[in-house]
Amino acid sequence: MLNKYPAWKNILILLVVIWGFMYSLPNLYPDDPALQISHELTELSQGDLPTIMSALEAAEVQFFGEEVDSQSILIRLNNLDDQLRAKTAIEEALGDSYIVALNLAPTTPGWLQAIGAGKMNLGLDLQGGVHFLMEVDMDAALTRRMEDNLSNVRTILREQRIRSRGLNLISNSHIEVRFADTDDRSQARSELVDVFPELQFQNREAQGVFILDMRMTPATALQIQNDTLQANRTTLLNRVDTLGVSEPTVQQQGSDRIVVELPGMQDPAQAIRILQRIATLEFHLEAELGASSLSYETYEYEGIPVNVDNDVILQGDRVSNAVYSLDQNSQPQVLLSLDAQGGNQMNRATRDNVNRRMDVLLIETKSRTITTVNEDGEEVEEIEFYEDKELITHATILQPLGRQFSITGLTPREASDLAPLIRSGSLAAPMTIVEQSVIGPSMGQENLDQGLLGVQVAAGLVVIFMLFYYRAFGMAANAALIMNILMIVAVMSSIIPATLTLPGIVGIVLTVGMAVDANVLIFTRIREELGNGAPPQQAIDAGYNRAFTTILDANLTTFLVAAVLYTIGTGPVRGFAITLMIGIITSMFTAIVGTRAIVNLIYGGKSVKTLSIGNFRKKAKAA
Amino acid sequence: MLTEKEFDFMGYRKIAGVASIVLIIVSIISLAVNSLEFGLDFTSGTSVRLSYSESVVVEEVNQTLRDNGYEDAVVVTFGSDREIRVLLPVDENIEVGDQAAQAVIVGESIAELLQNSSGSQITLLGSDYVSAKVGGELVESGGIGMLVALAIIMVYIAMRFQFKFSVGAVVALAHDLIITLGIFSLFRIEFNLNTLAALLAIIGYSLNDTIVVSDRIRENFRRMRKGTPIEMVNTSLNQTLSRTLITSLTTLLVLFSILLIGGESTQGFAVALIIGVVIGTYSSIYIASNVILYMNVTREDLMLPVKEGSELDDIP
Repeated sequence: MLNKYPAWKNILILLVVIWGFMYSLPNLYPDDPALQISHELTELSQGDLPTIMSALEAAEVQFFGEEVDSQSILIRLNNLDDQLRAKTAIEEALGDSYIVALNLAPTTPGWLQAIGAGKMNLGLDLQGGVHFLMEVDMDAALTRRMEDNLSNVRTILREQRIRSRGLNLISNSHIEVRFADTDDRSQARSELVDVFPELQFQNREAQGVFILDMRMTPATALQIQNDTLQANRTTLLNRVDTLGVSEPTVQQQGSDRIVVELPGMQDPAQAIRILQRIATLEFHLEAELGASSLSYETYEYEGIPVNVDNDVILQGDRVSNAVYSLDQNSQPQVLLSLDAQGGNQMNRATRDNVNRRMDVLLIETKSRTITTVNEDGEEVEEIEFYEDKELITHATILQPLGRQFSITGLTPREASDLAPLIRSGSLAAPMTIVEQSVIGPSMGQENLDQGLLGVQVAAGLVVIFMLFYYRAFGMAANAALIMNILMIVAVMSSIIPATLTLPGIVGIVLTVGMAVDANVLIFTRIREELGNGAPPQQAIDAGYNRAFTTILDANLTTFLVAAVLYTIGTGPVRGFAITLMIGIITSMFTAIVGTRAIVNLIYGGKSVKTLSIGNFRKKAKAA
Repeated sequence: MLTEKEFDFMGYRKIAGVASIVLIIVSIISLAVNSLEFGLDFTSGTSVRLSYSESVVVEEVNQTLRDNGYEDAVVVTFGSDREIRVLLPVDENIEVGDQAAQAVIVGESIAELLQNSSGSQITLLGSDYVSAKVGGELVESGGIGMLVALAIIMVYIAMRFQFKFSVGAVVALAHDLIITLGIFSLFRIEFNLNTLAALLAIIGYSLNDTIVVSDRIRENFRRMRKGTPIEMVNTSLNQTLSRTLITSLTTLLVLFSILLIGGESTQGFAVALIIGVVIGTYSSIYIASNVILYMNVTREDLMLPVKEGSELDDIP
């Protein structure tokens, strides 16, 4: 029983330790308080930086390390007080259309950045910031898709000269088309069936009318919901980017919700202003003179009433890009690009309608809470969505439009506002904020300091206890414990970019307590073997071997629980579960392989009479 | 088999069983009557945190708030005697999107109100809006999480050990969770998201303890030629006793340092876990083994199909 690890194993352990050390190192460099300045709608101009610098000098705020790109300017400041004073000074100097966001800039040295080492993300509870929970109105998403389909069906029937007796949207998953005879119906069906593979077709007769039912399958509905959520998430990400927050989180939660967390952000009103621009575009034709009053709605445009046809030519989610520019007559315009399907739809709708006017509606969804009484007579709060529609463009179609066209007849101001609004993504479905909270930076710092102090004191007490109780072996366990904390931090900083939250810190602390459990198991086993009269080297080996199964079983079950919690839980439960999982894996490595390496280095390969493992009971050899 | 120094744990198993059943019944009654003291995480409202330059008397703050129309306000100190948290139900007439803004306004007006009636300098630390809807969902998902976790644990233990051990472990788990919740409801300790996370951690801890004991029982059933199941369980408990106590001790060391140092936001967590660890330690000794014995565990239940009697058959 030599108890020696081969050289490669020792080297491997050493490499892991070095890795853990290097990748947890960036966490020691505190961030600089900083300000990120960007323009709400357009790119920054050349003159912005000098304006900012002179404003800061006038306010006598010291700053350094300014970084400039076309989208934003970053300015570092000495402390949090300066940061707030600088923010006020810059806001006054630049005016309302600029966004001045409180931010934190990393100070990690270049060589650490070069090997990809970074800091752990701190959760809102540790750093302060704004938290939003947004709910996507899935009903509206489905209705919108079916309205889109309905208008396509109408166009196709008209093009193919198939006469129908009317089309109706029965529900948000059901279109009904009525025909005078079966020939028309079967002709229509064969035309439509290839265009709408996601719909189910069914024939039906009622009171002498031949009806074609087109229904959305549940699978398609699910797919649309999923796509909608992803599309909205992407849009939110783009918008959050304009806020210049360092580590934003935009996460899906459940089937219809998105969590937005903006660490360091302290101004919820500003965040809402950007995020809540929940707007979609709809392209319509102007109603023809003498059209039935049922087929249009009237909006006001520059003080003049305009009748807008109810049929939607195109939804805003087909717009892939929008750019502000000047046309050949130096008039402002917005150049729009559509995706392929959008181009087809636009072309079909406009080629027969040259010289008619096209109307673009900006639809903003807002919400209010209403109280209703349910079946049990209890008052329940419900969130009601309502749409606020505004006619933003009323322009003449000069030629058939395709994938690229421009909106003209705008003032320079309108054009420069409209382009980024469209570009920042018209949402696939309306969203409302159902929950929001703000955590102050001092509160965050307090949580972090106290949490870290808790970890330090806890680790200190455990270290003293282990040293006292298990002597040399306790020292090995302590080395493993420190290695374990380093590795958890390193893993969370690099491999799994998990966000550290308060429950997360507690998870780490708990791992500290439980990680020594593996060593306690091993060491009590070694003592037991010694008590049974086994020679030291054999006792070490048997102790490690016997305890291994127990440690594996115990850790694996706990890991399973943590994995389930991670999959099913949200927020704090997840933060706790992820650190627990990482901690279990790293502690298995450090407590078993790590301590064994140290014990082997101390005792391995030589003749040993006693082990420094504390007191144990010698007993008569049991049967 | 029983040597002088071994403690006859299982001699008290009937008493322990009765004690546990009584505790569980008391807990369930308390939960039914008192319910849990849900924190703002689970009820919708506004939380305003204030810091005073001198120590503050909660009753006076309460009185000031009552006199000024905040009848439903709940005032608690947290962290120190100079910081308080005021909990207010949310005003239902306000648009959802404006509730954070409302929280800010409420925070400011409360700070101003209290400042006017107090000689101490008051700082507004922050004010949050907390929605109940989300909390409710979390309880639901947390509950489902626990059930799924329990099912997976049962399957795993049945595979690695034997079905009787699955039952033992799950009964021990349920025992720990019910009694911990019972203590929360009995002593009206606030139940918030941190406490929920603590309950989940108790699952992990209690399970860890139970598995270690079960593992030793399995080993002894396979190795020892003589002895009744009760004697073998007793030996196993004695062999793992020092480990059980040391691990509980180190974990409690950690938890008490969080309780005393970690700040207000982790205190609920620490309290829940301390209760859970104490009960978990007890249940790993008495509950799981008791259930296994009650189900008539035999040596045959744990025999390896092939490698019978081998000395180092630790990894089946």
